[in-house]
Amino acid sequence: MNEMNEVRKPPVATTGIIGWLRINLFFNWTNSLITLFVIYCLYQFIPWILDWTIFSADFKYNYLGEQITNQEMCSRNLDPENGGACWAVIYVRFYQFIYGFYPKVEVWRVNLAYVMLAFALLPLLYAKLPYRKYFLYFTYIFPIIAYFLLNGGLGFTEVSTNKWGGLLVTLVLGCTGIALAFPIGIMLALGRRSKLPVISMMCTLFIEFIRGVPLITLLFFGMVMLPLFLPEGIDMDGLVRVLVAVTLFQSAYMAEVIRGGLQAIPPGQYEAAKSLGMSYWRMNLLIILPQAIRISIPPIVNTSIGLFKDTTLVIIVGILDLLGIGRGTLADTNWLGLSYEIYFFVSLVFFIFTFGMSRYSLYLEKKLKTGINMGAD
Amino acid sequence: MSEESIISLKNVNKWFGDFHVLQDVNLEVKKKERIVVCGPSGSGKSTMIRCINRLEEHQEGSIVVDGIELTGNLKNIDNVRKEVGMVFQQFNLFPHLSVKENITLAPIWVKKMPKAEAEELAMRQLEIVKIPEQANKYPGQLSGGQQQRVAIARSLAMNPNIMLFDEPTSALDPEMIKEVLDVMVDLANGGMTMIVVTHEMGFAKTVADRMVFMDEGKIVEQASPDKFFNNPESDRTKLFLSQILHQ
Repeated sequence: MNEMNEVRKPPVATTGIIGWLRINLFFNWTNSLITLFVIYCLYQFIPWILDWTIFSADFKYNYLGEQITNQEMCSRNLDPENGGACWAVIYVRFYQFIYGFYPKVEVWRVNLAYVMLAFALLPLLYAKLPYRKYFLYFTYIFPIIAYFLLNGGLGFTEVSTNKWGGLLVTLVLGCTGIALAFPIGIMLALGRRSKLPVISMMCTLFIEFIRGVPLITLLFFGMVMLPLFLPEGIDMDGLVRVLVAVTLFQSAYMAEVIRGGLQAIPPGQYEAAKSLGMSYWRMNLLIILPQAIRISIPPIVNTSIGLFKDTTLVIIVGILDLLGIGRGTLADTNWLGLSYEIYFFVSLVFFIFTFGMSRYSLYLEKKLKTGINMGAD
Repeated sequence: MSEESIISLKNVNKWFGDFHVLQDVNLEVKKKERIVVCGPSGSGKSTMIRCINRLEEHQEGSIVVDGIELTGNLKNIDNVRKEVGMVFQQFNLFPHLSVKENITLAPIWVKKMPKAEAEELAMRQLEIVKIPEQANKYPGQLSGGQQQRVAIARSLAMNPNIMLFDEPTSALDPEMIKEVLDVMVDLANGGMTMIVVTHEMGFAKTVADRMVFMDEGKIVEQASPDKFFNNPESDRTKLFLSQILHQ
């Protein structure tokens, strides 16, 4: 009898593709109606968007076969009935979108930095990488290499940061902001929970002040006020000033996110660590933070994605990031009126990066969950 | 040497806010002595043993552990904690580390033991608590009884002179209590100095050298198990025993 029960299979109608369709899409008549309605909407929308972005779009040549050099030559401007997106604007301005006004002879340095960035991220993204330890060493020194490579020095010709732009600025601001804000945020979070009132008060004040001020204000502060605090004669680079503002802003948010994770750690974990003779720093580094950060992965990635997009605000202090280059292109009489294409492209680039970050956080959550049941404690 | 106290609490007082949780507590524990502390909940028994490794701070009186007085001096506190192991009601294993890593962590980082040596030590400790086969699992995959035994192994790996047990079986399902108590009995027979807060009176009768009964922040009675269970002095003890033994 028992053996019979073990080999019994679930009803066919609840498994496989048919079962899935039944349960999820056609469970009852309301459900079926909604499914059909959604299918109809997709049927209307998908062919249209594919046609506009790809099939009827101009990439380099218009429908007459001429190479496009300004907006008047776009198929959709020559013949409104005919033609979709005019991607030629991206093609022509591609260099600016990716490098800004970086001198063409030196652009290999930026490309090299991009490639090295990919290598630096590799050991962080993929834990099973062979020789991961050595890759990690590279990750640690990458910021220094990137600084000399992009900015100049050590034999490289100097390229002033006001020539930087486009994706280069977006990535520099995003990566540096996120990478620096993480350790600073951890220190601030620990400091705010410190038993020493002076430290706790200073951290709380810092966090509350920075968090209470809009990023734009901080950017203006960095641009206008920061030089006043510096000794005379020392000129701080514009991009560095913005970086300081962005990093401070992000670390305040990061601190609160990590503090949230710290609150979730049961006091027993502290007691167990202390009873084993661990010092404050060992306890935090080995026991508390690994768990707190694990809990906070979703909000950490959330604020990081937020910062990555907020870097577009630097446009108001005159730094041309990806969106800034896009807006600059729109102001060019040659490309007036192509806002759909430009905003579509900028959105797409941002989406690729932020979607990647979001997928990475899911991967991390899955990987770190292995065998850990925080609830069981 | 055996006559000398390894733990000595003199006129210890502690308050939580206005609540006077320990009132003039005096306790002397000799080397290799096994003390069982019992009493109703809220009587201050956990607080008292948590003062011995300074998880709680006492406000008046003195606590001396193995010749080291517990004051604000952080170095002294660290030294005392290296001498004293503690096992908690809620196990408090580190959920992000495997069983083996839970045990090797403190020897490696606090005692600077080489990793290979620490792992060997961890396996030996797991043999003692009879679960070597669980070494590579995570705490969340173990039963309560197994988790508590890992917690004991984790403490023992630091080679303490004194072990404190804070209601080690209270969070366990009844069928798992025995496996933990068995390990504790082995430990007691091995000559470990132990202070155990527990309601397991069977364990107390077999193992304890001395019973300590606490109520409302005071030590009401201290006696040998024989005298404590058969011929207690105070009425409060009699009441407690009648409630706990004939429920």
